[in-house]
Amino acid sequence: MIALLTRDLRLAVRAGGGFGLGLAFFLIVVTLVPFSVGPENALLSEIAPGILWLGALLACLLSLDRIFALDWEDGSLDLLATSPVPMEALVSIKALAHWLTTGLPLIVATPVFALLLSLPQAGYVPLVLSLFLGTPALSVIGTFGAALTVGIKRGGLLLSLLVLPLYVPTLIFGAEMARRGALGLDMKTAMMMQAGISFGVIALLPFASAAVLRVNLR
Amino acid sequence: MELSVQDLSVTRGGVPVLEGVTFCIASGEALILRGPNGIGKTTLLRTVAGLQPPLRGHIGLEREAMAYAAHADGIKSTLSVRENLGFWADVFATGDIAPALEAFHLTALADRVAGGLSAGQKRRLGLARMVVTGRPVWVLDEPTVSLDTEAVALFAQAVRAHLAGGGLALMATHIDLGLSEARVLEMGTFKAKAPDPDDFDGAFL
Repeated sequence: MIALLTRDLRLAVRAGGGFGLGLAFFLIVVTLVPFSVGPENALLSEIAPGILWLGALLACLLSLDRIFALDWEDGSLDLLATSPVPMEALVSIKALAHWLTTGLPLIVATPVFALLLSLPQAGYVPLVLSLFLGTPALSVIGTFGAALTVGIKRGGLLLSLLVLPLYVPTLIFGAEMARRGALGLDMKTAMMMQAGISFGVIALLPFASAAVLRVNLR
Repeated sequence: MELSVQDLSVTRGGVPVLEGVTFCIASGEALILRGPNGIGKTTLLRTVAGLQPPLRGHIGLEREAMAYAAHADGIKSTLSVRENLGFWADVFATGDIAPALEAFHLTALADRVAGGLSAGQKRRLGLARMVVTGRPVWVLDEPTVSLDTEAVALFAQAVRAHLAGGGLALMATHIDLGLSEARVLEMGTFKAKAPDPDDFDGAFL
């Protein structure tokens, strides 16, 4: 299992691996927002948590179809399915690798990007915390979507349509947590909900992902 | 160890393609499946390897005993030959990849990026994976595609070494593999009958 994780990370950072794709997209969204809403610091700092969350979510979405598609195309998914690695572990490792190559860089870069949107100083810690709690859920749900659409040519559109509704709760509570934090309000409820969603999907969805992957490999 | 398959029926896309497939491979034996394109050789091998459930029938061994090699070799073009093979050795928790590299004359290419290999070299790398799985039953689908005669001989040698160690091999091919001692099973005799046209479900297949 560790071998699988190191292989996926190694593939991600090698040429054409797609590492940094989400990060670059995130940067583009965040730098373009001030141009589109106008140079008003007050307005920008008000919408900053929501924009940052939306940017992170879309950046995450961008790399989802790569989770299984590449392994499917070169046949290694079939070979992995016949290997001693249980399917549930396989999808969990895939989700973890996706989070490490997409979610984690976004979290690390967010404080810098938040500066571009003049997020109030009090908002930095809650924003990073909310992303830290929320992005694992995005990766796990996305892995489920990728498992559903594996083997479909140009399945990216279908994948987005399937996954976006499932992302809504995470977005709502994540952005709410970051917004309340920025305003200095109590954010405990949103934080608990966010953590609950993340832990829930991490515990349950790998079984669903493994089941649909088995069906799709037939 | 013995792989006995009894009265196996397999389906592709819901349509039965082969019915009543029965064979038995003992330790140290190889069986070659032959038949025209589309008869269902690949489907049968995928079923035996545990990638899809059979419609009917019984496969004598657990899927944990099988090592499967498909048409695609599952090679990552940005990793080196050593990294590709080492990954599978780690997944199957077998240690050394040097004998596998040696068996398919890949030692000199070990640090080459797999994307730069020729089709035949990639195939050899894909077959070297079977050696590192350490599993007793090799299920091979068209193993010698894009191999030259020299590499086919290497492959035959690797299969013989595997059989000599008590392993089994089940192969689908329509090319001569250089394994004259292997038994041949014609798939044509197991072809499934077309579904009854009056069958409501059958009309949609």
